[in-house]
Amino acid sequence: MQPFSSHTAVAAPLLRDDINTDQIAPVMHGRDLKEDYKVTLFYRARRRDDGSEDPDFILNKPQFRDAGILVTGNNFGAGSSRESAVWAMVANNIRVIVAKSFADIYRENCLQNGVLPIVLTAQEADDLTARVVAANGAAPFTVDLVSQRISGPGGAEMPFDIAAADRIRLLEGLDDIGLTLKHMNEIASWEQRIAAAQPWLQTAKDSR
Amino acid sequence: MPRTLFDKIWDLHLVGQRADGRDLLYIDRHVLHELHAHHGFAYLQKQQRKVHRPDLTFAVQDHTVATKPGRDDDTNPTGAAFIKAMREGTRRNGIRLFDVGDPEQGISHVVAPEVGIVLPGATHAVPDSHASTVGGLGALAFGCGTTEMTHVLATQVMALKRPKRMRARLDGRLGAHVSSKDVALRLIAELGVAGARGYAVEYGGSAILAMPIEQRMTLCNLNIEMGGRSGFVAPDDATFAWLAGRPYAPQGAMWDRALEHWRTLITDDDAAFDREVVLDCHALEPQITWGTDPSQVVGISGRVPEPATLDASRRPAAESAFAYMGLQPGTALLGLPVNRVFIGSCTNSRLPDLEVAAAVVRGRRVAAGVAAMVVPGSSTVKREAEAAGLDRVFRDAGFFWGESGCSMCAGGNGDRGAPGERIVSTTNRNFENRQGPKTRTHLASPATAAASAIAGRIADVRQVLAGAA
Repeated sequence: MQPFSSHTAVAAPLLRDDINTDQIAPVMHGRDLKEDYKVTLFYRARRRDDGSEDPDFILNKPQFRDAGILVTGNNFGAGSSRESAVWAMVANNIRVIVAKSFADIYRENCLQNGVLPIVLTAQEADDLTARVVAANGAAPFTVDLVSQRISGPGGAEMPFDIAAADRIRLLEGLDDIGLTLKHMNEIASWEQRIAAAQPWLQTAKDSR
Repeated sequence: MPRTLFDKIWDLHLVGQRADGRDLLYIDRHVLHELHAHHGFAYLQKQQRKVHRPDLTFAVQDHTVATKPGRDDDTNPTGAAFIKAMREGTRRNGIRLFDVGDPEQGISHVVAPEVGIVLPGATHAVPDSHASTVGGLGALAFGCGTTEMTHVLATQVMALKRPKRMRARLDGRLGAHVSSKDVALRLIAELGVAGARGYAVEYGGSAILAMPIEQRMTLCNLNIEMGGRSGFVAPDDATFAWLAGRPYAPQGAMWDRALEHWRTLITDDDAAFDREVVLDCHALEPQITWGTDPSQVVGISGRVPEPATLDASRRPAAESAFAYMGLQPGTALLGLPVNRVFIGSCTNSRLPDLEVAAAVVRGRRVAAGVAAMVVPGSSTVKREAEAAGLDRVFRDAGFFWGESGCSMCAGGNGDRGAPGERIVSTTNRNFENRQGPKTRTHLASPATAAASAIAGRIADVRQVLAGAA
């Protein structure tokens, strides 16, 4: 996983609550296992009914085309567990999402892919959103995970909280599977213990 | 110290704690589907790793499979690559696959309980947000992303933060033609689409005790629509009777031993929950969504809400839903013309769901101009329904009777509505474009969907059966 320490980019405001993963990354009906996640991101929202680009969609506006930070409302990433809704962010170099809250599975998927999910209080989020709207893409914001601060036009540096473990995982780009593989001995001894105590859990055979 | 059932299951499955403070939770059963599995297989191959417990891992072809009679891998051209990659990956890794053509193929959340892969008190993971369907049998399930799925393939554990605990007590006797789908929609309406975020939800109360297992699964299936990753019902005699004799469940002396343990799977008196909610189901009428998220719900006799009656935080979403759904505030749901009806999905495609719908449809005809479709949740459900003659009931009425799969729930297999169509659907998400670009989905129970197909408009099943609609 790509480590994350600091990210400087234009920030775009997505002023809605409950943006779901169907919206972020719709089912693309491709015939190929390899999907172009750069194109997937907000595929429908980016387009009008006739398939042409919708100039009113925020990420289509010239000043936000290269946005690398999103600022949004409550419950971002609700719905389907599809990880493509995070891969599509990475493919577009969006490495930070600031929200009032995230759906549980989406937040996990962010952490697995080096995307920093920042949760702010409603007041902080509204303040940051006002600054992002006022900046209107003219100047970038910097999100620094080492100092846990957001800086940019229109105000003072803004601190943010993140669980220490999540922070270290992102900073070091730790592979989640690699972390757990260090515990294979414990896993094996759990299996041995349960095979004796509750053997039905350790076997799943067709009895026919 | 008194413990909740959630804590009992979690504590038993706790393998250890990682340096980063996450709990490593053992996953007793892991079920894959073809949309995500190929990513995991490719990763393992590249890292030269093996699936740690292929014998506890199962795979099902469900999201992209065609529903046309006589289907094969290529009937849905956008599914073929996924279906073939799944077949190849499971063969290479020694995983039992319920393949296209297998007599037990179907939707993972329907198949796994049906063949007895799911057990009370067991942990369960699926790379799909509706994993907790199997909570209806008292299993603790986690929907997960692709990397988490790969993590389980490699290690058989998930690295999780312990969620908080919520108890949802559902009291009262359900009225005629009211089902757990209606209960779930009302609960989501009350709590909101993020109401259970961060919680594992235990469902209890007199309404639950009286609920058949399939309805408990419908309820737990919809848990994610209020933001909860895991939701379950404590197992009871109905659960054990339902599970007994299923092929992958324990048999003989092992069954007796398991049963003895399963009877201890209850929340202790005085165990503390972080949140408790109560819903009185006594006077609940059939429910239906009017908007574009599953919390935008009214009773079937209700109207699209006036924005002024809504909590301020819900108004922006409502305004956007009015426009998308082509509905004005104050419009009655009953009588809205319907173009399409879909009965199926992991939410409502088990045999009792089809029996309920067939009872409404029997001897009647789908209204002119309505495209109506039934897709059984598994090939087993399909076979059992055909043995009972339900396929004839549906076909005679003008329904399409399909092969099993996820079908129109997310349209991943090409089954979709046309732009502008109003659809009554027994699925779980009424998101914009979910069932096809610009489609307008109303979520409802199988009974309401069947009644609406007959009436050609959104209908109250009680009126249709009384001959009054």
